[in-house]
Amino acid sequence: MSAKSLVEEMKRGLDAPICLTWELTYACNLQCVHCLSSSGQRDERELSTEEAKKILDDLRDLQVFYINIGGGEPMVRRDFFELLEYSVANGIGVKFSTNGAFIDEEKAQRLAAMDYLDIQISLDGVDAATNDAVRGEGSYDMAIRAMENLKAANFGQFKISVVVTRHNVSQLDQFKALADHYGAQLRITRLRPAGRGADTWHELHPTNAQQREIYNWLLNHGENVLTGDSFFHLNALGESLPGLNMCGAGRVVCLIDPIGDVYACPFVIHDEFKAGNVRDEGGFAKVWKQSDLFLSLREPQSAGACASCGAFDACQGGCMAAKFFTGLPLDGPDPECVGGDADEALSIISRGSEPKPSMDHSKPVTLTRKKLSVSASH
Amino acid sequence: MTVALESVLEIHPQVAVRPETFGALAYHYGNRRLIFLKHPDVVTVVQSLNSHPDVQSTLSACGVAPERWPSFVAALSSLETSEVVRERQIAS
Repeated sequence: MSAKSLVEEMKRGLDAPICLTWELTYACNLQCVHCLSSSGQRDERELSTEEAKKILDDLRDLQVFYINIGGGEPMVRRDFFELLEYSVANGIGVKFSTNGAFIDEEKAQRLAAMDYLDIQISLDGVDAATNDAVRGEGSYDMAIRAMENLKAANFGQFKISVVVTRHNVSQLDQFKALADHYGAQLRITRLRPAGRGADTWHELHPTNAQQREIYNWLLNHGENVLTGDSFFHLNALGESLPGLNMCGAGRVVCLIDPIGDVYACPFVIHDEFKAGNVRDEGGFAKVWKQSDLFLSLREPQSAGACASCGAFDACQGGCMAAKFFTGLPLDGPDPECVGGDADEALSIISRGSEPKPSMDHSKPVTLTRKKLSVSASH
Repeated sequence: MTVALESVLEIHPQVAVRPETFGALAYHYGNRRLIFLKHPDVVTVVQSLNSHPDVQSTLSACGVAPERWPSFVAALSSLETSEVVRERQIAS
């Protein structure tokens, strides 16, 4: 079977997701300006330890090989290690994303002793000024300290996860050097206009010239750098980047949020892309296999306004979430279409009229300031 | 190693195989790689390796016609490279 027909098979959906993201909590010690889940405060409807274990049982039965855990900051959950251990004991590998605040020497050693565990430390600048402008004061030092602790504990190859913005595109080589220094693997992903990211996207997303820079950089480094296949919209620039060239939402990818809602992907926390809840009868498996939303996403999708574009096979019209939260039609070009085909449509959408995320767990501003001054004084 | 009809193989113990309509997905917990088994017959053969003395007897038992054996040997070679299958270790 050729690679192309394999992609066609995957578009029809898999029996279980390959890439399942599970945000464990909306609580977070940080308040990043591009947070795709608008995290900050815990939701009182958050899944209990027992409910979380039930989900892991279901995922084991579905033979989900590994899960991506995030948040919020997942390590703020008191049962974080309990859930990690339960997952791994059930044959489900875990990769979790963290800002590193809670990886002290003791936790680093505990993590290093576990099998089937990957850690992604979020970092959005190679210096405090660039990083903290997006992730908050003190967050650079926090991440570096976590990396030092993981290195000292001989954790092995963790990941440094970077959201590429207008302000750090020029630092890609330095991020790679930093990862090499820690024996880590670099992961770079696309900035999505999701959550609070919708409010800051226009200021933060890479310029058209920078997109070409990212593309060229990935062509040169792609094999050793992870991307979550998030830059496939850049394939319209020429040779395809490594990875699956398709939107996996509801087909091979989905999101379970902290209160059990299941969305098509981590970047579309909105009622329109909500397939169901793990607390519903039949649990996660029924949502994955039978929800109307997921079944419809597995049908052939219309190329719409992109149908006449010669690059459509290469870019597939880009990212559904990016279109949705910038107010663009889903069957048209991506807001970062490298051919500029979305520019005119974007220019006539009045700011503020785009769809808003269904939930916002951001902290009230005063509380955020207080928290930041606390974490800065550590 | 070079896989041949007389090779004695087993599924790598760190590999899990999940059937899908196009064949199966295999996941290696050690190197964290996801591998696609793109034909249901290959899946059947891989899952039967441990029950037979060698590759040839596995292929026979799975009803694979001899003219297809070379392509299955090639498929198993590629799966050996990606560590989905390996030379069978004598149980200790």
